[in-house]
Amino acid sequence: MHPTDVIDQDSLRSDIPGFRPGDTVRVHVRVVEGTRERVQVFQGVVIRRQGSGVRETFTVRKVSFGVGVERTFPVHSPTVARIEVVSQGDVRRAKLYYLRDRYGKAAKIKERRTARS
Amino acid sequence: MATKAIVGEKVGMTQIWDDQNRAIPVTVLRVTPVRVVQVKTPEREGYSALQVTWGYRRRSSLNKPLLGHYEAAGVDPGRRLVELRLDDISEYQVGQQLGADIWSPGERVDAIAVSRGKGFAGGMKRHNFKGQGASHGNHKHHRAPGSVGACATPARVFKGTRMAGRMGGRRVTALNLQVVSADPDRELILLKGAVPGPRGGMVVIRDSVKVPVKTNGARP
Repeated sequence: MHPTDVIDQDSLRSDIPGFRPGDTVRVHVRVVEGTRERVQVFQGVVIRRQGSGVRETFTVRKVSFGVGVERTFPVHSPTVARIEVVSQGDVRRAKLYYLRDRYGKAAKIKERRTARS
Repeated sequence: MATKAIVGEKVGMTQIWDDQNRAIPVTVLRVTPVRVVQVKTPEREGYSALQVTWGYRRRSSLNKPLLGHYEAAGVDPGRRLVELRLDDISEYQVGQQLGADIWSPGERVDAIAVSRGKGFAGGMKRHNFKGQGASHGNHKHHRAPGSVGACATPARVFKGTRMAGRMGGRRVTALNLQVVSADPDRELILLKGAVPGPRGGMVVIRDSVKVPVKTNGARP
């Protein structure tokens, strides 16, 4: 146990579903515009999870109007309203950087069919 | 000089989210209640200060003069005696306890600690020298400091020229850190940013002596 864990406990979120690289997720992001707050959805493939504890982040990649867009979110960030797992992918590596060099059908990820805990 | 101060122990660094959902880097300090052992006054000692201790220590590990000093104050022996220089010591008494609750979030403080010893360090590490080129025929002088002076005039190296030598292991003050939170129940204080010294090292926290300019001299 790390000595600063007592502080980190307050920042950790328990409502984050389990997801891993290759999964397609829908991230609901809180966006503050002046005084108004709304929720924006960013849907794409998780290409990496990095770090641990409060510092853990994940990167979601999607192709928007033919342009690849990647956004990195802290897993425990309060700006992330909700994470929905749309589908689970069947991949063999932890970092899916190879998707950046592919487009169209080649960038498709096989779906994982078996139920996962 | 400072108006209030306390002694703590560095626990480590982490990050927390602020009210605007930004990640704030914080140093966690454990502040167990400190006990005032002696109040030094300008009349008696020539300056005003508090001598405090914290933690606990077996009586058998003390020598007799030190034990007598603690017993005269009626205070349980602690790990070390530390002096906190303060402007006004009239409100403090011997035996009084001070905890993390003397700070409130948003206050500006200074953190004083002994930095990590780096040993005998070269010019690049110690004074941020650039070093020399990796190529262009350089041979075994990649981290050398370069020239340290001129030629026949002055025919010597000036005093104070920055060179390699002992680095770290000295008293360093991190000025004007912001108190993010102070939790007397868990005996923890969070300061924004880094504090000198290793984890487990002793840190003196006092209110900031250099007030930021933008507050127009008013203490926050």
